[in-house]
Amino acid sequence: MTEHAYNFAYLDEATKQMIRRAILKGLAIPGYQVPFASREMPMPYGWGTGGVQVTAACLTPSDTLKVIDQGADDATNAVSIRKFFERTARVATTTATAEASVIQTRHRIPEERLSEGQILVYQVPIPEPLRFLEPRESETRRMHALEEYGLMHVKLYEDIARHGEIATSYAYPVKVEERYVMDPSPIPKFDNPKLSGMAAIQLFGAGREQRIYALPPYTEVVSLDFEDHPFEPMKADHDCDLCGAGESYLDELITDDAGGRMFVCSDTDFCAARRAGGHRGRLVPEGDAA
Amino acid sequence: MTAHDPHIGAMTAAIDMPLLSVGGLTKTYGSGRGCANVSFDLWPGEVLGIVGESGSGKSTLLGCLAGHIRPDAGRVVYDLDGHARDTVSMAEPDRRRLSRTEWTFVHQNPRDGLRMGVSAGGNVGERLMAVGARNYGAIRETATDWLERVEIAADRIDDRPRAFSGGMQQRLQIARNLVTGPRLVFMDEPTGGLDVSVQARLLDLLRGLVRDMGLSVIIVTHDLAVVRLLADRLMVMKDGRVIEEGLTDQVLDDPQAAYTQLLVSSVLQV
Repeated sequence: MTEHAYNFAYLDEATKQMIRRAILKGLAIPGYQVPFASREMPMPYGWGTGGVQVTAACLTPSDTLKVIDQGADDATNAVSIRKFFERTARVATTTATAEASVIQTRHRIPEERLSEGQILVYQVPIPEPLRFLEPRESETRRMHALEEYGLMHVKLYEDIARHGEIATSYAYPVKVEERYVMDPSPIPKFDNPKLSGMAAIQLFGAGREQRIYALPPYTEVVSLDFEDHPFEPMKADHDCDLCGAGESYLDELITDDAGGRMFVCSDTDFCAARRAGGHRGRLVPEGDAA
Repeated sequence: MTAHDPHIGAMTAAIDMPLLSVGGLTKTYGSGRGCANVSFDLWPGEVLGIVGESGSGKSTLLGCLAGHIRPDAGRVVYDLDGHARDTVSMAEPDRRRLSRTEWTFVHQNPRDGLRMGVSAGGNVGERLMAVGARNYGAIRETATDWLERVEIAADRIDDRPRAFSGGMQQRLQIARNLVTGPRLVFMDEPTGGLDVSVQARLLDLLRGLVRDMGLSVIIVTHDLAVVRLLADRLMVMKDGRVIEEGLTDQVLDDPQAAYTQLLVSSVLQV
């Protein structure tokens, strides 16, 4: 069987229609988890089956797709999903954030500001922010319905009691338009402020858990906190060793077994673009072209 | 009693109105009987004991009163700031709000009423956060204060309930329930499973709290000693029905119904 045997973007049209309905409902009720009939995808759960289905439902032949994994375009997960859509949808792909019309991401929001007309698709492992506090689905649904979110603060309270500060550093819970508490997927809390007021459409797909939720453009998203322990985005206290950026989210890499380490932008496209623009970090020798 | 209809709204003469007015409350399970046609009034500051043997419908009745079980028939009218509200027909969000603010429920097994994976301070603070407290320092201060009121050392605030003895867990549950200053407390065998000396301390503590906070309490138990100490009034249940009710001392010292006589005479005199 060849790839021509598949429908455009792998899923059949009826399935895409069903997913689009869930997406539209999610956009109409920002932060609300819409159940959908998640399909088996040719990849294991946990590899972005939810995100892939949402992307498949959004793609048109004229779209340009970018896929990132922890900010990187060249990580396994990103490469395999990009190839998947190159084969099944034959859409153009790119690594440049600004050129992409659909961006599927795992655990990061690109550093570059997204604009209107772009769609950011998140891969979500566990969509329910209350899950580890309240195991019963029937009860968490009721809590969402009745806006009973005291329990979410119990988790933050426990953090402060145990660690002296809110130690949750990723999948940091947010409140959407003063209504639904939402899990922003495991993005670092450094990215949380970018969720709010974003010009692009943000879609969240959880394949195994069969939930889709969404943030329409310019939605107000507030990270939960206490009055006396306010929310603080967090990053490594360094500049990028390759491009010298001081404001981007960094990965720490061990470079040898003698304690050597370097910090580099987790967003590879952002870092490459800065180096192409002549910016230089601590570990790039003078005169070395990027 | 005057109108029970919740639509009548304001009944300003609050003192003329019981805190809780129950009428014709019935809940059956298939062929078996939970409780049938139970009616009573509970006045502000009053402690009502419900006794009876296992299977007599005590816990079903308590569940219906607290809104955990939906009764088949009857009404439970609560005096909410001078407004008579039927909690059976009221919308679920309102009922749940009521059970976070005005009411509270002390379970027999502290594991049912506590979050075992959350520290003592978090357990006490949960109800505060559920009604909107968002200042960590203030929540912690209140939690510390309440731990001391229920005789748990303040330095145990960050320990999980798992590390506590049974009596401490039960006291923690009481602190967690009373921290938001409810008006009505439901208790289901609060001293069950505790040894007698721990029971005595707990009862002493409860009696003090009920007096200091002016709480109204409905306490279900099979232990007559507990109601003798705590309850102003007593209801005796058998086979889902109330067979006798009156002042506690009156019922226990001069039981009229045959079953009550049996119950009272069954208690070992030490």
